[in-house]
Amino acid sequence: MSTLSLVFVNLLRNKRRTFLTLFSVTVALFLFCALGGVLDTLQDSIKVGSESHLVTRNAISLVFPMPLSYRERIAAVPGVKRVALQQWFGGTDPNNPHNFFAQFAVDPVFFQIYENDFGLVDASPPQARVAMPPGLDSRFQAFMAEQNACIVGRKLMEKMHWRLGQTVHVSGTIWPGDWPFVIRGVYASKKKSIGEEVMYFHWKYLNERGMAGQGQIGLYVLDLDNPERAADIARTVDAMFVNSSAATHTETEKAFQAGFVSMYGNLPFVLRVIGLAVVFAILLIAANTMVMAIRERTREFGVLKTLGFQNSTVFRMVVLEAAIITVGGGAIGALLAKGLLERGGFNMGGFLPPMTIYWQTVIIGIAIAALVGAVSGLIPAWQASRLRIVDALRRVD
Amino acid sequence: MAIPLSYNIRNVMRRPVSTLTTAVGVGLTVMIFIGALALAEGFHTALVQTGSPSNAILLRKGADSELSSGIGRDAVNIIRAHPAVAVGPDGRPLVSADLVVVNSMPRIGQPGSSNVNVRGVDITSLALRPAVKLTEGRAFTPGTDEVIIGQRIAKRFANCRVGDHIQLQKRTFTVVGHFAGGGSAFESEIWGDAAVLGPALDRDNVFQSVTVRMRDPKSFDAFKKELEADPRLQVQAKREDLFYADQSSMLTNVIRFIGVFITIIMAVGAVFGAMNTMYAAVQQRTREIATLFVLGFSPLAVMTSFMVESVFLALIGGAIGCLMALPINGIATSTTNFQSFSEVAFAFRITPGALVAGLIFAAVMGVLGGFFPALRAARQTLAVSLREG
Repeated sequence: MSTLSLVFVNLLRNKRRTFLTLFSVTVALFLFCALGGVLDTLQDSIKVGSESHLVTRNAISLVFPMPLSYRERIAAVPGVKRVALQQWFGGTDPNNPHNFFAQFAVDPVFFQIYENDFGLVDASPPQARVAMPPGLDSRFQAFMAEQNACIVGRKLMEKMHWRLGQTVHVSGTIWPGDWPFVIRGVYASKKKSIGEEVMYFHWKYLNERGMAGQGQIGLYVLDLDNPERAADIARTVDAMFVNSSAATHTETEKAFQAGFVSMYGNLPFVLRVIGLAVVFAILLIAANTMVMAIRERTREFGVLKTLGFQNSTVFRMVVLEAAIITVGGGAIGALLAKGLLERGGFNMGGFLPPMTIYWQTVIIGIAIAALVGAVSGLIPAWQASRLRIVDALRRVD
Repeated sequence: MAIPLSYNIRNVMRRPVSTLTTAVGVGLTVMIFIGALALAEGFHTALVQTGSPSNAILLRKGADSELSSGIGRDAVNIIRAHPAVAVGPDGRPLVSADLVVVNSMPRIGQPGSSNVNVRGVDITSLALRPAVKLTEGRAFTPGTDEVIIGQRIAKRFANCRVGDHIQLQKRTFTVVGHFAGGGSAFESEIWGDAAVLGPALDRDNVFQSVTVRMRDPKSFDAFKKELEADPRLQVQAKREDLFYADQSSMLTNVIRFIGVFITIIMAVGAVFGAMNTMYAAVQQRTREIATLFVLGFSPLAVMTSFMVESVFLALIGGAIGCLMALPINGIATSTTNFQSFSEVAFAFRITPGALVAGLIFAAVMGVLGGFFPALRAARQTLAVSLREG
């Protein structure tokens, strides 16, 4: 009989205990990977930002607008291929204000700059022929032909139970009133890290109806010919407006996204602390179980040693037993987290990309489980291996 | 007849290592539970304390935060003259028309920058906010480029010491003081004279909110009705404390949800740990239990006794958890409140209620973890038990 099969027999002897311990490790590792996933997802939201796009905002903060006239001046900077407009609308669902989703007023160039990130999967048939900007997907025709048309993400459509062609209402907060929009297209992301929970509509419509034609822009998105010149171009753009009514701050889209993540402040740190507490708690549970399991079998170890099993073999057996429970439980928990949560919808109402748990996090989790197994098995294993046969056989417990 | 409590206590104490590891497992869960409650409570309190129940705040109709609001100077003057508004000792109405913008500022000690609320106020309006007191330096002089900074963010952002300079648009402002605000979100803001900040930020004739002290807080409903019906104003009124409580709702709910999610999962693990320990206790004491039966104790008494033991064990854990959680009370942290799009610094706040909730939570874990082992003890048959042990 090999040592391994002996370990398995021991594991199966008290099935309930083995199961309970295994399951508590499973639960802990599920949690560990879920927390890791949230941190991964936060990091991911930085990666969504591209290095070849620049974002220009008002130097004071995102809340202040810039004039429309900046568009032509920015577009004239050498190295800038095209410039898109983006304005946060901040409307709410009139039926339930807590049912948050993001809306942005954009211009058609916006869809072209991001054509590698998301695109239409469904669109209304064109009603009338309109002049389309060169290079824009022809399925945008119905959207382009209607002033209050909008494009909605696939996930948001499902969440709100909307249909293509339906008129939906949004209550304006910054630009008050009831804003009806007709859904003329549904987009889906082409990258895993891009969410599908945003509504886009014509900036022109917002400008005419909400801003009385004042032409305020929250963000300019700059598409560059050569990403390597990003820093130079950002400096040129900001220098152009430094003495204007609205000074600007230009950074890569990646830095812009990182700014949002840094706004979460200490929360990621808090999650890390919780993750550590979870790991420590399972360490205790597993160690306690192993100590109990070994104490019960003291006499048996005496018998094994009498039969000629060496101290090192006994030591290995006990450590192995602990490791099998924790690695088994850990692997189940980590894989469960990856399988279940990646499908789930934790993304802060579209602000964060869909949840991803990297294999790296899963592997770290399992490694931690193995370590917990080794540590929790060490003390009882040491005790068992040091046991003198006479003591073991004499001991009544 | 019940088995004496001291039997359980002695049993728990006889196995100190096993008791301690199980209890600490439960304790860690309770600690995280209390910590999550303290985080949510701290944030909630910071915002709720910002508002006073005797003040009313007016925003533009449809606006859900100060940032999305805008009220013209004419409307402010109409509100100022309303008879329901209280009057200060100097005979002027207690009204504060605030200009609120967010300014992106670099943090200290952490990479990146975050948004800080900048509030332009009228210096006489400080009477509306009695909690606001200077802790360092002096108040800003009206009409000058001076600002004061809430003490909570003064340490978290660059250029916030007294004597430092802050750039807003093309104007440079000098920091002349720090102020406390009773733990409220005001402590995370920069305050200056609205009459100076307005032109500096190109917001000359528009304010974001108007806060008024009510002559009689009970008359709020009538006041609200009248102002909201006035077509010249286009405003909505809220009681100030309710407004700020509302501003905290999203993040508070997210923290509570995540906290409950984490602790429930952890609790499952801790319950399993407790179960293991209790099963082992039952198993080790097979003969003892049989003896109890022989002495005439009923199965129910035995079962109750083991449940009590399990709950006792868990309560030790709960107490450890409370003790471990206590040091986080008062630790300051900060995050962005996406409802107001600005940074709010606040302190973890452990309430007696949270500690009690933690202990109850521990007791529930004890009940769940002890039930099946206790049932097993109660169901033992005498003959087998005496022979096996």
